[in-house]
Amino acid sequence: MKQYAYYPGCSMDSTAVTYKKSFEYIASKIGLVMKEIPDWNCCGSTAAHTKNEKMAYALSARNIAIAEEELPGLDIVTPCASCYSRLKYASYVGKNDEAKRQEIEEVLRRSFKAEAEVLNFLDLFEDPEIQEAIKEKLHRNLEGLNVACYYGCLMSRPREITGETDPENPMKMDEIIELTGAKAIAWDYKTECCGASHQVDAPEHARELIDRIFRNAQANGADVIVTACPLCNMNLDMREAEINKNFGRKYNIPVFQFTELIAIAMGASAADCGIHQHFFPAFDVINEVVKTGAKKAAAEAKAEAKKDPLKDGPIVVGKAGR
Amino acid sequence: MEKILNREEGKLLADRIAKEANVALDECYQCGKCSAGCPMANSYDLMPRQIVHLMHLGDMDTVMKSKTIWLCASCHTCVERCPHDIDIPTLIEKSRMEAQKRGISAQRNVRLFNDIFMETVRGFGKSQEVILEGAYNVTSGRLLQDMANVPQMLKKDIVRPELNSVQDKEDIRRIMKECEEGGAVK
Repeated sequence: MKQYAYYPGCSMDSTAVTYKKSFEYIASKIGLVMKEIPDWNCCGSTAAHTKNEKMAYALSARNIAIAEEELPGLDIVTPCASCYSRLKYASYVGKNDEAKRQEIEEVLRRSFKAEAEVLNFLDLFEDPEIQEAIKEKLHRNLEGLNVACYYGCLMSRPREITGETDPENPMKMDEIIELTGAKAIAWDYKTECCGASHQVDAPEHARELIDRIFRNAQANGADVIVTACPLCNMNLDMREAEINKNFGRKYNIPVFQFTELIAIAMGASAADCGIHQHFFPAFDVINEVVKTGAKKAAAEAKAEAKKDPLKDGPIVVGKAGR
Repeated sequence: MEKILNREEGKLLADRIAKEANVALDECYQCGKCSAGCPMANSYDLMPRQIVHLMHLGDMDTVMKSKTIWLCASCHTCVERCPHDIDIPTLIEKSRMEAQKRGISAQRNVRLFNDIFMETVRGFGKSQEVILEGAYNVTSGRLLQDMANVPQMLKKDIVRPELNSVQDKEDIRRIMKECEEGGAVK
């Protein structure tokens, strides 16, 4: 199986516990080798590029430079939308602006070639080899579950950085989630902003962004929302109950990382992917789908067994062609 | 409020920012797609299209004193939809840096949050969500914000008291210091 240089980002070791667990479960099942970049540092996120452009590039580029030195030839993969954006910006500038690349190299005091590709988790799971490996390990069918795939901003915008061909209606996550048998619904707020850090520093202005995302997901028949970012996930999951209370809503839409649903379809237990560690109760909806799927599979197996002429006794000539 | 910049100085600054952002301000024909699609527009005192217009007029004074430049979430919806690819997020970001240099911030808490974030990076090389939220609450005076979630976070083992940090903290501090002293990328 493939190997990657892994940049987990700061949230993976704290609030993104369900993302971490579910991803590690999948990686172990399909034999994905993720080599953590030695002594990686914070990418600087939004705060750095708000304050100092050079610092923003340099903090992110340090991680790329270390990966190129210590894990040569490997693509860099990161689970967080913001880390992805910042690393990809640094890589883009390094590739396209020689003067800036040299300047960054100078302040890093390391070689920064900007040759390693930067991928997010959707890019990773889009890989046909990885999808095949997942398909081989699927044990459950999540048929009947309507999923709103929420991409947020930075996975797809700006398009010259991400390379996304349709930043208003990306489909990568939809395709990945449908591997599980669940249905990825069409909805309008796929790429609307969750407010990011404004949920902390300007909550009086930013809460309505979350409300709108849930409202549109509900209007389009979503049972659950899935995300591919620690902060998008926390902003939705942690604040759903508060939105219900303060906005007078009755949303009942648990929020998962997309990796959780894949892990569940691969047979993970609730503890394996941290479903009990959500803020908004998430167990029941998944349990229901898994149980229905299991019943249906059992019934189908039974029906199939009945059809099997060998199990019916002597081979009947008329059925032999089946 | 006292004028920070007159029209002439404002024009020079706006033109410099536009050049750095690779934007031709006179290409904006005020269609308003940027403002219609902006998720934060409800809270703005200046719409994105007004920012472009004011910069074109050289009124950086008004731009730098606005709340808008602090409340923009850098989601890039505006530039994605702009028929002339006018990079409004970069115009706003650079205006915010200029405002910051002059000590202006119409949304004090946004600036505070970013400052604390970068100080945790300077201290540990990695961002510390627990310290960040705690320090922000204390300094912003919003002591109880999000604290209702803390018991659940601890009970469900979502956050832990131990800190993650890089080994080579000196390297991070040196890089940050040299960038601060060196100013913007040329």
